[in-house]
Amino acid sequence: MKAFGLVVLVVLMMCEVAIAQTSKPVAILYAEQPVERPPSLSGLSPVPDDLGLRGAELATAQNEGAGKFTGLHFSLNSVLAKPGESLAVLLAAQKDLPRAIIINAPADELLKVADLPVMKDKLLFNVALRDENLREEECRPNVLHTLPSRAMLADALAQFMRQKRWENWLLLPGPTPADLAFNDALKNAAEKFGFTISAEKPWSLEGDMRETAGTEIPLITQGTDYDVVMVSDESNDFGPLIAYNTDLPRPVAGTHGLEATGWSGVIEPWGAVQLQNDFVALAKRPMREVDYAAYIAARAVGEAALRIDASNPKALRDYIMSEDLNLSAYKGRGVTFRRWNGQMRQPIHLVTKETQVAVAPFEEFLHEFTDLDTLGRDKPETRCTKFPEALQ
Amino acid sequence: MISQIYRHSREGGKPACFDVWCALKSWVPAFAGMTAMILVATSANAHDVYVSNEKDNSITVFDSNTFEVKKTLKVGKRPRGITFSKDHKLLYICASDSDAVQIMDVATGEVIDDLPSGEDPETFALSPDNRTLFIANEDNAVTTVVDVVDKKVLAQIDVGVEPEGMAVSHDAKTAITTSETSNMVHWIDTGTLKQTATTLVGQRPRSVQFSSDDKLLWVSAEIGGTLHVLDTATQQEVKQIKFKIKNVARDKIQPVGIQLTKDGKYAFVALGPANHVAVVDAKTYEVIKYILVGKRVWQLAFTPEEDKLFTTNGVSGDVTVIDVATLEALHSVKVGRYPWGVAVLPTQ
Repeated sequence: MKAFGLVVLVVLMMCEVAIAQTSKPVAILYAEQPVERPPSLSGLSPVPDDLGLRGAELATAQNEGAGKFTGLHFSLNSVLAKPGESLAVLLAAQKDLPRAIIINAPADELLKVADLPVMKDKLLFNVALRDENLREEECRPNVLHTLPSRAMLADALAQFMRQKRWENWLLLPGPTPADLAFNDALKNAAEKFGFTISAEKPWSLEGDMRETAGTEIPLITQGTDYDVVMVSDESNDFGPLIAYNTDLPRPVAGTHGLEATGWSGVIEPWGAVQLQNDFVALAKRPMREVDYAAYIAARAVGEAALRIDASNPKALRDYIMSEDLNLSAYKGRGVTFRRWNGQMRQPIHLVTKETQVAVAPFEEFLHEFTDLDTLGRDKPETRCTKFPEALQ
Repeated sequence: MISQIYRHSREGGKPACFDVWCALKSWVPAFAGMTAMILVATSANAHDVYVSNEKDNSITVFDSNTFEVKKTLKVGKRPRGITFSKDHKLLYICASDSDAVQIMDVATGEVIDDLPSGEDPETFALSPDNRTLFIANEDNAVTTVVDVVDKKVLAQIDVGVEPEGMAVSHDAKTAITTSETSNMVHWIDTGTLKQTATTLVGQRPRSVQFSSDDKLLWVSAEIGGTLHVLDTATQQEVKQIKFKIKNVARDKIQPVGIQLTKDGKYAFVALGPANHVAVVDAKTYEVIKYILVGKRVWQLAFTPEEDKLFTTNGVSGDVTVIDVATLEALHSVKVGRYPWGVAVLPTQ
């Protein structure tokens, strides 16, 4: 399925009700610029090649499940750039781009795509990047984000720690820009929710630590007291080694241990078992956060198309950006988009590899409008000034 | 800005009672007296209340007057919807993870047979003909129609994604399926077993109930937080009802089970994680009252006299008993894990 070029996935669902001749097409494009990932120490759970795409496929099948009764016909096409190719160049050459495009690409490429003149009246969904600046200084009015930002994840962890009164944090950031960005988000969350950073110990060890973790990690984690170790290792390099190897017997959280995420294959409540089973049947693997982000983006478009004329770009945008969307998301409450920067507001799940431990926001954290906005950058703090909806 | 708005969890001390289970514990002495009075008043009509426990693979049976648990019956995996045959000799059970609708002999409490049900049956509705059972197959986006006498599938009807709520009109002419993910009400002609219309409603429609004259269809939308009243003649919405409870976040108000009184006076609506049942005036559509019940209130059932209403509370693992005359919660009955469906067996 991951062949280069334009793959047309016509979603067929067995149906008695024939698609009427007047059936209206609603197309969604899935566009991906594959990234070269750094080698990981663990040979288990590699990042799947079809990450994201499978979520969009499942949503398209669900959209079609409703569309067949209302004269709508949903289709999903995909454009996948080869290494060395530019997704923006490929998309600029495409004819008849649909109104809604799901983008799984690195930040520079996402911005190049968003800034193409042809994208001006399109709705792009970032499903792969957690970067704060894409939602803030570098926000684009045609880019919405269904993946949570790092600030949302860090704030979710901080709210949990506030409940547990784990006041003192030992920060353990990895060396990559992504690791440092998450570590910064944790520091901001610590300040926002009133925690103390006991120490910050950047991970500097190289080589395969799996043999020596038992002697090396106690050395790194000694010399100060702390209630919890906060790990920032987005590329899954050393994070799995920290738990049970710390000098003090303390829990581990962050990117490993107790992990904050927009989705995980262990989530069961709110009818989620149904979604998980459907996804595994389709993809032969558990649903990950990026799969979910692509899924919910395509569902938002499907839901809008049922209720308004989705071929009208303004109507589509207005509906998706409105409170009326309130999309059912298997998260226990409906989801909507923040009108000041296009971030999807959503509950954040705190999970281990086996189970969901808790869901943020917690009841104690009140907000003037919706407690979901206690997670991440709120309207008064935003630096995004490009969203017309922010003024309304 | 948030830092000025949120309050820290421990500063205000322990929260007060927010759910009826907690509240009832502190009212025990008062309740002992009240319960005794109620016993005297209504002991003539003792019914058996059957509750399916989704995570215990069992059914709890308790007395509608003494609230004493009489027995716990083993059934198939993940029992959800339950309903009695019209003569009350049989109980049909959606055993979702056994992919079966089981038939229990009410006299012995034993499962005596399975119906061909299609995959993952979640809920169903039995036609007034006591013979045609309409089953929502959540996994498959179909409604399966089964003849319970011949134990034969009459039809499988395509509906939207994740069919959930089921109802058959009192005149037996129309069957309804709601689809949770497609957000639709599907109207099925019981003569042709074909779908005749669909109506879009709010996010995640759950339960449906016909008014006793079949003129109106009441639909709950869990994530939409709304109750939709549809005209069965036009399939169009005539009223949308919203709920508001002090100190409960709007998106925690998630309407699920609905029960309408036969006299057309009230609609009772379970509000899920809001831990309340709303009482709606079925004529003016005004919300009259919110009754505090157990955690994550799910489905509802009346006694035959409609003097009591039972609510299954999934998270607190209990059933709240509501007095319909006073619209007050009377009692809480501990049942199994994740109580889901509830049906009342009248005195025989």
